[in-house]
Amino acid sequence: MPGLFAYLVVAALLFVIGVFGVLTRRNAVGILLGIELMLNAVNINLVAFARLHGDPVGLLFAMFTIAITVAEVAVGLAIVIVIFRVRRTIDADRLDLLRG
Amino acid sequence: MTGPVVGFWAVAVVLLASSVAVVLTPNLFHSVLFLAVSLVATGLVFLFLHSPFLFGVQLLLYAGGVVVLVVFAIMLTERIVGQRITQSSHGMINGAIVSAALFVGIVGFLVQAGPMPPDRPMAGDATVALAQAFLGPYGVPFQLLGVLLVAALLGALYFARED
Repeated sequence: MPGLFAYLVVAALLFVIGVFGVLTRRNAVGILLGIELMLNAVNINLVAFARLHGDPVGLLFAMFTIAITVAEVAVGLAIVIVIFRVRRTIDADRLDLLRG
Repeated sequence: MTGPVVGFWAVAVVLLASSVAVVLTPNLFHSVLFLAVSLVATGLVFLFLHSPFLFGVQLLLYAGGVVVLVVFAIMLTERIVGQRITQSSHGMINGAIVSAALFVGIVGFLVQAGPMPPDRPMAGDATVALAQAFLGPYGVPFQLLGVLLVAALLGALYFARED
């Protein structure tokens, strides 16, 4: 079984790939996919700490994260569909209604 | 290197490669398919951590639920517009710089934090401990999670309704 450090480095790489996606994607769905990757990295960290430090609360927390992420995706995609109906675009650069 | 270590790094390579593909592919639909690969690979990492229950949850909720949701959203928006959705990325260099700096920061913190405490792996299957925690000390948060899911479901329905 690889050590904790290996899991943390892989999770950190996954997290920064997600950050890169959120920063560079212009499509709202693409940004959501980047957020998914970041949350996955967090889950790997939680499970790795839980298993390698012998504390099941980390697993519990990962379960909560997964469930809340699913809720977030459902609401997020519903918002994307509404924005699409109203504005005919989901390009994040052109969604600037709230710009002052 | 022993078998599990080699297997772990193989899964990690697949995970990271498919994640890079998620953020770089121009076609949004391919992006979602790579996300499915990436999510299954994350589930395999959970298996390496001896958490088969989380592997199942990951497959059902993420690789099953989330991917289907995103595919439906793409199909709906494509139907509305009537053209293929390609997505452009911009600020690639800035994004790469920020991401690399973040990675260096995280790993630098890990290295600077000194040696990790020795691993004390949990014995056996964690599913029993998980169930006892859910039905014992964490019962109320568990119920609140159910309330949250219902609220999210109703909110999504409300937003996406046809009127």
